[in-house]
Amino acid sequence: MNFDPRFSGRQFKSVGTRPIRPDGVDKVTGRARYGADFSMAGQLVGRVLRSPHAHARIRGIDTSKAEQLPGVKAVITAADLPDLTNGDAAMFDILDNCMARTKALYDGHAVAAVAAVDARTARQALKLIEVDYEILPHVTDVDEAMQHGAPLINDAIFTEGLEEKPVKPSNVSKRTQYGHGDVHEGFGQADFIVERSFKTEQTHQGYIEPHACVANVSSDGTADLWVCTQGHFVYRQHCAQLLGMEASKLRVTSSEIGGGFGGKTHVWAEPVALALSRKAGRPVKLVMTRDEVFRASGPTSATSIDVKIGARKDGTITAAEATLRYTSGPYAGMWAEIGAMTAFACYRLDNVKTVGYEVLVNRPKTAAYRAPSAPMAAFAVESAVDELAKELGMDAVEFRIKNAAQEGTRSSYGPVYGPIGIGPTLEAAKDHPHMKAPLGKNQGRGMACGFWFNFGGQTCTDLNIGMDGSVSLAVGTVDVGGSRASLSLVAAEELGIDYSQVKAIVADTSSLGYNDMTDGSRGTFSSSMATISAARNAIKILRERAAQTWDIPVDDVVWEKGHAIARGEKYGNLAALSLKEIAAASGKTGGPIAGHSELVADGAGVSFATHICDIEVDPETGSTRVIRYTVVQDAGKAVHPTYVEGQYQGGAAQGIGWALNEEYIYGKDGRLQNAGFLDYRIPVCSDLPMIDTQILEIPNPNHPYGVRGVGETSIVPPLAAIANAVSNAAGVRMTHIPMSPPRILAAIEAEREG
Amino acid sequence: MVEVTLWGALGQLAGGKTKVEIEAKDIRELFRKLAEQYPAFEPWIDKGIAVAIDGTIYRDTWSKELPQGAEIFLLPRLAGG
Repeated sequence: MNFDPRFSGRQFKSVGTRPIRPDGVDKVTGRARYGADFSMAGQLVGRVLRSPHAHARIRGIDTSKAEQLPGVKAVITAADLPDLTNGDAAMFDILDNCMARTKALYDGHAVAAVAAVDARTARQALKLIEVDYEILPHVTDVDEAMQHGAPLINDAIFTEGLEEKPVKPSNVSKRTQYGHGDVHEGFGQADFIVERSFKTEQTHQGYIEPHACVANVSSDGTADLWVCTQGHFVYRQHCAQLLGMEASKLRVTSSEIGGGFGGKTHVWAEPVALALSRKAGRPVKLVMTRDEVFRASGPTSATSIDVKIGARKDGTITAAEATLRYTSGPYAGMWAEIGAMTAFACYRLDNVKTVGYEVLVNRPKTAAYRAPSAPMAAFAVESAVDELAKELGMDAVEFRIKNAAQEGTRSSYGPVYGPIGIGPTLEAAKDHPHMKAPLGKNQGRGMACGFWFNFGGQTCTDLNIGMDGSVSLAVGTVDVGGSRASLSLVAAEELGIDYSQVKAIVADTSSLGYNDMTDGSRGTFSSSMATISAARNAIKILRERAAQTWDIPVDDVVWEKGHAIARGEKYGNLAALSLKEIAAASGKTGGPIAGHSELVADGAGVSFATHICDIEVDPETGSTRVIRYTVVQDAGKAVHPTYVEGQYQGGAAQGIGWALNEEYIYGKDGRLQNAGFLDYRIPVCSDLPMIDTQILEIPNPNHPYGVRGVGETSIVPPLAAIANAVSNAAGVRMTHIPMSPPRILAAIEAEREG
Repeated sequence: MVEVTLWGALGQLAGGKTKVEIEAKDIRELFRKLAEQYPAFEPWIDKGIAVAIDGTIYRDTWSKELPQGAEIFLLPRLAGG
């Protein structure tokens, strides 16, 4: 990679402005094409038969009656998706999750699928498929699943990470541990210790657009997939591997995306649609219903967390410890490990220990949800930190500032921090007018901070300059939060032209080199780096063409404000050549002008945020109202500040829903009771106040413009900030998320009864 | 020679060590030599190991140099949303 990613401290003309987003008109007029909006001539309707049981052995599946139904063109089971994973355990789990093989592992697990000429025929066909189930005992609760004698979900799972390999299988797939120092010694130095247990229920990302795709497998073995995804290149890799195809023969085109938040980083129905199309010899459209999205895509973990923190009278934390148990669905995961790494990352601790347990349950396979695992850990830790501050008689913000991590601090997950932004976000929160706003009766204020890693990754970008001087930018990271606008601003900045001259698109997998997914807050961070690199490569060619036109050495040509300029007094009579002029002459100076870039964007830099929340609690009903909410977060450099604010507000809005209402509710039969937005209540506009934002810009030294990822960190503090606000308003410590009215009322009544 | 700190799971594979010393100029050489000394690391390297160099995490830039005296910390490759 001949690209220097270091921060250069330049002045900006386009970056930092707020132009209208290029995809806006299509989205508000309904012309934008989402996953289900694509259609092909002769396409069939795909439908999936799902297990009604939480845990059952599949003794046999008879599809003969369904196959004989007129209009049915293909019926598939696991037999049509043979195991081609070659010992790759993670891919095998994905395969088994797409189509159950020997056991149905949760309510909603796919067991068969049909492709038919219309939806009615497909539904009828599903009813004709006979599945012989042997119902097995199930377990859905994280703590119950860990108990001795709990129903065993996978007898091939033996807990990893123990000093001695266990002799018996278990629902705990892994134990992990992080930390340093000696917590026993640290607690011995403490004057005050807070010890609490917390629970959080499973939530869904709640994206508005269900999973949808159209698959078309040709008789020559090539295939197309149009799909709503956060990573079409990754979907191509996964689908090609699961179906035994060469990746280059599968072209995947990403649609517009109506939300993903981590839930669309994983294939669910796409291999099924491709297998159906391959068998039927026709295109197949497969669109999940909302019920299917809840039951059979990837929600976040339910958790059970114990926290213990000790401090001296002067407010110095002497030791911190947490045990974190996270559900991973019926497959092995690493969700508790991430919780263990992030839990105390905001603090400067001499003695810290976190232990994570990955717990299998009969629930859908857990998927990433925006800074996955960090919000639950932050809820537990920040609640205990707040309580400890109270016991010490210290202000909650001051206590955090006193113990905040800083450059040179050994992080709780291991490495020593470089320059970080937790301190500035806390100082900004302390000085924010929100902190001085008056509180009314039954109202409480809470605050909390949060940490997330942020990632970069493999990225490829093409920048093509048309003969009219307009610029096409082809990127491979799916635009989930306005990145096409941001990347157009970056291209305009680098080339020195107007934003309106740049049009960014998300290219398909056959048009561009491999790109990692839009996850880990990497979309704008990574693709802006690749766009800068591609633009600089294009500028090199523009300079060469100008030099050729002038018949002077290219080293005497510089690029400034969108023009080639001959440098030196001897060229005093040469008028600058604009990008448009050079582009117009390109056919006679060597052909098209383009810049290409392929790189690994690493060095994303860790991210911190601090949130403040005011809540009113009705002591008679336990209902809550969010009065004020403020997000303070470091963006490094906000390329398009409106979208950065949107990310901050979006994280807070999702966090408010998670904290106050959202939860998967399972019956005793292990079936999900609330698989729809009527019963699974995400916040609507009337539930939310104006969410204020404050963008801090502490440049990332590893990006030319100083950009940091901003997509995920904003969901880390809300559960804790809201819990602290509710606890202060209600006068009782809330330890169970969501803090729905019945839970708050029960807590208030229990407190009254002593 | 750089000192490399291992996270718990990797340390178990290295016979309980938490730190190892390796002569390596960049991440690629570090992984190659780790795999030579500790064959059990190989599947972990294939799956993905992140390397924190003075606190900045690198996941895929195997050409990244390991400066003398820098803190080198191996971490699991994490998922994002």
